[in-house]
Amino acid sequence: MKQHFVHKKISSIQFGLFSPAHVKKMAAAKIVTPELYDREGYPVDGGLMDLRLGVIDPGLVCKTDGLKLKESLGHFGYIELARPVIHINFVRQILDLLRCTDPHTGELLIPPALIKTHLEKIEQKGQEGFEERRRFIKAIVRKIAAKNKNITGDKVEKIKLEKPYNYYEGDRRLSPIEIRAWLEKVSDEDVKLFGFGDNIRPEWMVLTVLAIPPVTMRPSITLESGERSEDDLTHKLGDIVRINQRLFENINAGAPEVIIEDLWDLLQYHVTTFFNNAVAQLPPARHRGGQVLKTLANRIKSKEGRIRYNLAGKRTDFSARTVISPDPLIGLNEVGVPEKIAMNLTVPERITSWNKEYLLNYVKNGPKQYPGANYILKPDGRRKVISNETKDEILEELEEGYIVERHLIDGDISLFNRQPSLHRMSMMCHLVRVLPGKTFRLNPSVCNPYNADFDGDEMNLHLPQTEEARAEAKILMLVETQLISPRYGLSVVGCIHDGITGNYLLTKELVLAKNEAVDLLFNCGVTDFSSLPKKDKLDGKEVFSMLLPRDFDFIGKDRGGNAVKITKGMLKSGLMDKANLGEESGLLLRNVFEKYGPSATADILGKISRLGTTVLARRGFTVGIGDMDLSTETHQEIRDAINKAEENVKKLIIQFSEGKLEALPGRTIQETLELKILEVLNRSRNKSGDIAMRQVRESNALTMAKCGSRGNSLNIAQMTAIVGQQALRGKRIEKGFSGRTLSYFKKNDLSPKARGFIRNNFKSGLAPNEFFFGAMTGRDALMDTALRTPKSGYLYRRLSNAMQDLKVDYDGSVRDAAGKVVQFAYGEDNLDVSKTTGGSLDIQKIVHQVVGEVK
Amino acid sequence: MKHADLIKEYEKDLPLAVLDEISALIPTSATKPQVKKIVEETILLYKQARVHAGECVGLVSAESIGEPGTQMTLNTFHFAGVAEMNITTGLPRIIEIFDARKTIKTPMMEVFLKAPNNKDIEKVRQFALQIKATILDELVAEYAINIFDQTLILRLHKELMADYGLTEKDLLKSLKTRTKGYNVSSGDGEISFTHKGKAEEIKELYILKEKIRAVKMKGIKKITQVLPVKRGDEYIVLTSGTNLSDVLELPEVDPTRTFSNDLYEVRAVLGIEAARQAVMNEVFKVIESQGLNIDVRHIMLVADIMCVSGEVKGITRYGIVSEKASVLARASFETPIKHLVNASLEGEVDKLTSVVENVMMNQAVPLGTGLPGLVTKMK
Repeated sequence: MKQHFVHKKISSIQFGLFSPAHVKKMAAAKIVTPELYDREGYPVDGGLMDLRLGVIDPGLVCKTDGLKLKESLGHFGYIELARPVIHINFVRQILDLLRCTDPHTGELLIPPALIKTHLEKIEQKGQEGFEERRRFIKAIVRKIAAKNKNITGDKVEKIKLEKPYNYYEGDRRLSPIEIRAWLEKVSDEDVKLFGFGDNIRPEWMVLTVLAIPPVTMRPSITLESGERSEDDLTHKLGDIVRINQRLFENINAGAPEVIIEDLWDLLQYHVTTFFNNAVAQLPPARHRGGQVLKTLANRIKSKEGRIRYNLAGKRTDFSARTVISPDPLIGLNEVGVPEKIAMNLTVPERITSWNKEYLLNYVKNGPKQYPGANYILKPDGRRKVISNETKDEILEELEEGYIVERHLIDGDISLFNRQPSLHRMSMMCHLVRVLPGKTFRLNPSVCNPYNADFDGDEMNLHLPQTEEARAEAKILMLVETQLISPRYGLSVVGCIHDGITGNYLLTKELVLAKNEAVDLLFNCGVTDFSSLPKKDKLDGKEVFSMLLPRDFDFIGKDRGGNAVKITKGMLKSGLMDKANLGEESGLLLRNVFEKYGPSATADILGKISRLGTTVLARRGFTVGIGDMDLSTETHQEIRDAINKAEENVKKLIIQFSEGKLEALPGRTIQETLELKILEVLNRSRNKSGDIAMRQVRESNALTMAKCGSRGNSLNIAQMTAIVGQQALRGKRIEKGFSGRTLSYFKKNDLSPKARGFIRNNFKSGLAPNEFFFGAMTGRDALMDTALRTPKSGYLYRRLSNAMQDLKVDYDGSVRDAAGKVVQFAYGEDNLDVSKTTGGSLDIQKIVHQVVGEVK
Repeated sequence: MKHADLIKEYEKDLPLAVLDEISALIPTSATKPQVKKIVEETILLYKQARVHAGECVGLVSAESIGEPGTQMTLNTFHFAGVAEMNITTGLPRIIEIFDARKTIKTPMMEVFLKAPNNKDIEKVRQFALQIKATILDELVAEYAINIFDQTLILRLHKELMADYGLTEKDLLKSLKTRTKGYNVSSGDGEISFTHKGKAEEIKELYILKEKIRAVKMKGIKKITQVLPVKRGDEYIVLTSGTNLSDVLELPEVDPTRTFSNDLYEVRAVLGIEAARQAVMNEVFKVIESQGLNIDVRHIMLVADIMCVSGEVKGITRYGIVSEKASVLARASFETPIKHLVNASLEGEVDKLTSVVENVMMNQAVPLGTGLPGLVTKMK
């Protein structure tokens, strides 16, 4: 049972132009009739569905290679055109050649002596591209050739192009026959000078034979009624063959020139729309129903075209998609997979003498019982479905070398992804955890890299099917290997919400009885209590320290600016808040990662997060409207502050109306006034916010804002004290009716109230006009987002397209696909951002360690 | 520096920037073996943090800039402080830079002055007025046409003239070359033009009026607005409109720090390396103002590919993408038909060395783990 694999690799692709001879040589059939099928529904010989062009019907065999449906790739055919036609995509190139060469001799309009002097420059321009080169030659010709004269001084008419494809020499129309004859005269050297490839002749741009694409490329669909519906390309080709046939007959019958010309034009039209059905100045060819035909160019172009849709993007099997929901109790690198999905997706496993028993169990369970297996693969590559009927037979048959496609089990390697996949952390490797339910479960801490929430988001799961793929996924893509963002060198995964609040409260104020603490820690996965201080009452900091490695040292700061100090795995001072545990900051995590590596970090992070949530669950944590209460004195204080600000604004307005306001440099007086008012109002808002923050009672909402788990002081200030000025495009609100924002105000009222200043807070409720202003800015923000997304998406697409093939070479330089050096050392210091601390090496820490150590 | 020599020994093992950082951070009390240990530890850390060969740094950079793009504001203008001028920021500015637009929305310069002058606000203000391009129109209080005498009379703002330090004579001097065929005379805050020789149509006076309106009287071309501002402990001049080459020639200007936000101008005046730095600075400014966190290395790489050819090239189908070696890579971006048609005429060969082509062919991409190949002898 020896297998031989021959892996062929495409090393290059040659682009070129078919000569008529080549088209004929390559063709399997000459197409002569527009009929497709005979009365029995069998393809006609010499028709467009000729069996020599490939098969699209089951049961038939390709006459050229003898292969069946889906095996035969199909073959080209050709038709002989009665009269040559211009290929629409080469119209410009033909025009340039005609303009730069002599009509009689086909010589280039630059004297041979002068060509030499320009040659170097032409070559140089040629580096910038084919079109640049042509443009440059055209410019030289225009400069050198005396107007309307060729080299020898004879008169030359100017060649004009009447779009889309009619050429005129002066007033005389050039037929494609003449153009072809002209182009034939152009010498090989001149053609080459224009940048044409070796053995490519310009006259091939005028078609005398047309290659017919294989039927496999334009399959017909059989409708339910048994009727056949042909592909758009076949329709178009049918038109071409029909007109070509008529043209032949008319020429042979010696029909008048006018009729022939008309048919010729029609042929030109059909051939043109066959290539491109969206040519300007040309009505697109349509179906009988008026629907525009999709021809060759349309198939290739655009996002839905062949290149971007089918070639650069691929579809995949072994994937699943469903709604996501949170589960803080599963690991950071796990994904909860519903049993239903686990029984549908499979992992292939080859039977060996060591795992035979184990795999047979899956087969015994069959496809309906978890954990079972759905298929087996025989060594000859044939696939068999496991069902109750076939099960016994298969069990009998199985031996080493067979592959069993078994259900997903815990620990299988999968890729988890959420769109839009904006960065590499949008697709990470998770280990499968089969769970009851119907949603994918993920640890809330990994929401940030995916940018996921649980308001109905769906995510995709993929299962790598080969060992290589699994190995790469596990080593390179596992969640813990992606903890540090390559964007800024800090952790993207961290504790969130309760994970932070819980630890904050724990390290700040909680004191636990020993049995409580042990219970709590055990719940979070701690099993070694040997280092627990021998006391009856444990400090929250001591409890937290149990999660840290014994030899961990760390010096940092918390959000309050206090020093966080950890020596030998004991939290000595400081609080655990967002600065240390959170995502996108998480310096503590960053240090753990550096010292203990990915998997230990994931483990510790998981435990810390669980500790936080468990602490909160036991202590209780709730937010209510009472959290927003302020004393009456504070209310008065805030009101005074706002009144004072409004007073100031009034003064400003008076100054303005009296013309006493001095304009700031580069601004009009109106602008100055607006800026000053905005400044005053914003200052008053900040001031009231401060007052409120000072006076608001110690509450859970405030705790959250303080430790950074949710909300900030602005949110609290807006709820308790004052919402503040609503700004539209960086200014106060001024749109709406003429001279006023709402008909409720007097015209030209510049007071804060009339221009979107909300002096109420969310708790007391907004006045109707204030609410309306809030809605205005809210809508503006929505619009901004809606407009921004496509813009930034396009920028991203351009960036990634331009930079996708830059890589670090073995010598440390950054090079593009062609080997051109872009940077001699990546980032000038060869550092990988995802391996640094915030973009640089943490030397401070080393210095501290060393100097501290020796002391 | 105390241990400079010792640190210098490691020049081959560490990048200069890292060494500098070490010397800055080492406390003076550190002993020789301590310094040695610090440097050696750093080398270890550095080795761990080096990029691996085959790392697709380009894509990582593109992701790092593209991903936070959705978080940037679309608000075009931004006032840095109350008194400063409008500057394009946010996503529009980023797009403008990466497009390498020839004409940008808000061209701007920051003009730094040499040492003694930059501390004195009065001197800086004077300098600012000096460089501001003043056109005739600003100085004219009233245009009058005397139909009988066929003369055009300009009444001037006397105070403004004094502010700018201009006299009627100065105006006449710069006007005379532009008004051939007219007799120009001045006096008492007025300038009058009469046609030489025979009186022609009145219309011509109107044309003359429109013509001389925009004639520059003083200052530097294109600089439409100036604003002295405080930056740190010195005063600088912000200008809207840029003209680097002329401003740099002024003796008061500190040419080492003065810059423009117009990439093409920087390229023309200061060269391609300066342009590269300008791209980096400009992008960085926007990112900072948006409160985003993107490592310089990513911006550096973008700046580098925009400038490798020696000219500033935008990340557009006409710029960088058009220079790719692979036909299929170009075709997969934009305008595929054009690229395929040209490739066929040229007889181009696609060597399949970059990413998309290999995706299309279903082959391993030559990046990361797809890069190394193994050669083995078949038995």
